[in-house]
Amino acid sequence: MSDKAKPVRIYVPIDAAALSVGAEAVATAIRRAVEQRGRPVEIIRNGSRGMLWLEPLVEVETSAGRVAYGPVSPADVAGLFEAGFLEGGAHPLGHGPTEELDWLKRQQRLTFARVGLTDPLSVADYRAHGGFKGLEQALAMAPADVVERVRASGLRGRGGAGFPTGIKWKTVLDAVAEQKYIVCNADEGDSGTFADRMLMEGDPFTLIEGMVIAGIAVGATKGFIYLRSEYPHAHRALNRAIARAEHAGLLGASVLGSGRAFQLEVRLGAGAYICGEETSLLESLEGKRAIVRAKPPLPALQGLFGKPTVVNNVLSLASVPWIMVHGAKAYADCGMGRSRGTMPVQLGGNIRRGGLVELAFGISLRTLIEDFGGGTRSGRPLKAVQIGGPLGAYLPDSLLDTPMDYEALAGVQSMLGHAGMVVFDDTADMARQAKFAFAFCAKESCGKCTPCRIGAVRGVETVDRIIAGVERDKNLAVLADLNRLMTDASLCAMGGLTPMPVMSAIRHFPEDFHRPAMAVAAE
Amino acid sequence: MGHYAAWDIEVARALITRLSSLDGAVMPILHALQDEFGYVDRAAVPLIADALNLSRAEVQGTISFYHDFRDEPAGRRVIKLCRAEACQAVGCENLVDHLRTRHGLAVDATTADGDLTIETVYCLGNCALGPAALVDGELVGRLDAQRLSALCEGRAVETAQIIERVPA
Ligand SMILES: Cc1cc2nc3c(=O)[nH]c(=O)nc-3n(C[C@H](O)[C@H](O)[C@H](O)COP(=O)(O)O)c2cc1C
Ligand code: SF4
Ligand code: FES
Repeated sequence: MSDKAKPVRIYVPIDAAALSVGAEAVATAIRRAVEQRGRPVEIIRNGSRGMLWLEPLVEVETSAGRVAYGPVSPADVAGLFEAGFLEGGAHPLGHGPTEELDWLKRQQRLTFARVGLTDPLSVADYRAHGGFKGLEQALAMAPADVVERVRASGLRGRGGAGFPTGIKWKTVLDAVAEQKYIVCNADEGDSGTFADRMLMEGDPFTLIEGMVIAGIAVGATKGFIYLRSEYPHAHRALNRAIARAEHAGLLGASVLGSGRAFQLEVRLGAGAYICGEETSLLESLEGKRAIVRAKPPLPALQGLFGKPTVVNNVLSLASVPWIMVHGAKAYADCGMGRSRGTMPVQLGGNIRRGGLVELAFGISLRTLIEDFGGGTRSGRPLKAVQIGGPLGAYLPDSLLDTPMDYEALAGVQSMLGHAGMVVFDDTADMARQAKFAFAFCAKESCGKCTPCRIGAVRGVETVDRIIAGVERDKNLAVLADLNRLMTDASLCAMGGLTPMPVMSAIRHFPEDFHRPAMAVAAE
Repeated sequence: MGHYAAWDIEVARALITRLSSLDGAVMPILHALQDEFGYVDRAAVPLIADALNLSRAEVQGTISFYHDFRDEPAGRRVIKLCRAEACQAVGCENLVDHLRTRHGLAVDATTADGDLTIETVYCLGNCALGPAALVDGELVGRLDAQRLSALCEGRAVETAQIIERVPA
């Protein structure tokens, strides 16, 4: 076959973020253009490489590797063909070989190794890129050794709390019960986070494989992915991937012919932030109001339907296949202190180059936000970065040299959470952000305990008075008192951490709480 | 989306029967009803309670806990506008103002003619390309006032417009 007859592979992402800026129309335009030209072409809908500011990012496979063009609009397609983009020709939207892009080259992609590279729903592609190897490895080991490998890797829960995954699994392994469950927390409710979504859309088999390994390791035969309803694209991707995984023997009555069973189902949430909290999530899966449960008992011992249950975040589970293949040490060798391995960081908000960066722990926030992110999108000075979702602190520029590390961030009265970093420029009003933190808590509180349910409402009122200039010093004292109460007396981190964004705003941006009085907003 | 069947108790009963053997069947049933009819009719509560051997209060309690479940039909088109922090950082509240001043539209309300519902959501996972909205189930990024107006008026938003060049 001559080279001309071989179909050229063109990659156009099907990730929801890429679609949100027109990837579907671009794929259609390319399809039309190739029909006219009669050149055999194969269009593959891949995940996103994570350079979201370049989406839709179209890649063409050439003899010199994949070549990137972006952001491509349908109107650019004719010009791209004229410039010979099927051979990687030069064009103003061209960026050269994708793998050579500084932004990608500087990352350490372990969990996201395949995202953007493969066709997310192709089992063959998954296998060709190392898929199934982790599970094969796990099936050849004793369950306790699998658990030990995860423990030794130093993997900590990526959903926010940072609890060691291996220790959680050991608790479930040691529990005696006729039924155990693996529950994947795919609620990803934090503003500024989208790594779970990108992984579920871009490489769902990795999550499925991680869940099967977890099941084999602790003796669970049934898994649920609890997915937030705000992610319809991920929902479609997961359901298709599960059907194909069943077909390929990755799921079912005998996983890869091992005689071990593992079934998997996706369940949708219904727009409640608190369902990200693991016990609330379990209540929801059981069909109830998602009121937080008191711990103990731990879900590891009495979880879903009262049975021993592993509840892990998407990224925690999706990191496991890599650890199985490459060993605990290779994973633990990345990172600093007690933060081992890599973290997929999400850069969002008012940022020039937003997207996903996976790197070993220890890198500075400044490198992430300035080098990778390119500073603010508006071009105005950066004012604050909120890290760790709506319960995370607002940090000023002067703290950006802090390394990304669970303990180092705690040291500056902040937290890593799910590693969403949201940038604000100097037009942000931190008193208003503090008020929002309370309003969000008031709206999303499960209502079980008074400090959170009532405290958040009082918080909104108090910040309103401060903004209006009513007895400022007294009201700031009331606020400090309220925050102490919520921190100390809330049952879960919703009420317990809402003071974090509030106090950080007051601590680092006091001037915003002492502006000339304005009328209280009539909201 | 947008084309819902009128409430029909027999259809509802069949949906409930089909799903009631699932572990934790309540949420899947509520979603199935809302997907079919666009809301969860009050008349479904006793049906679910009977099928799953729950009290009506338990079922009603679950429905009322979650923001998604409606007890009356939504507009023919639904725009879910993100108002969480990352979208705040790129001006989503200006879009809320724009809806009010330019179109007389309130967020978390349905227009009187039943054409359009605009709802608040907190994060759609598109925080690098905000402001974001989910328009009849499709994600839209880098929303601005013009494009939001087009969406409200039911005009197609050209994807060419959606793309803004950000220098690398
Ligand atoms: C209010 C609240 C919201 C949470 N939201 C999420 C979430 O969206 N996703 C998640 O994985 N964990 C979330 N968590 C943390 C979970 O409770 C739990 O720690 C986690 O799912 C355990 O998995 P991991 O150890 O793999 O991180 C939340 C916790 C709280 C208190
Ligand atoms: S702190 Fe708030 S969300 Fe958490 S259990 Fe108490 S009331 Fe519920
Ligand atoms: S904050 Fe709006 S999409 Fe995430």
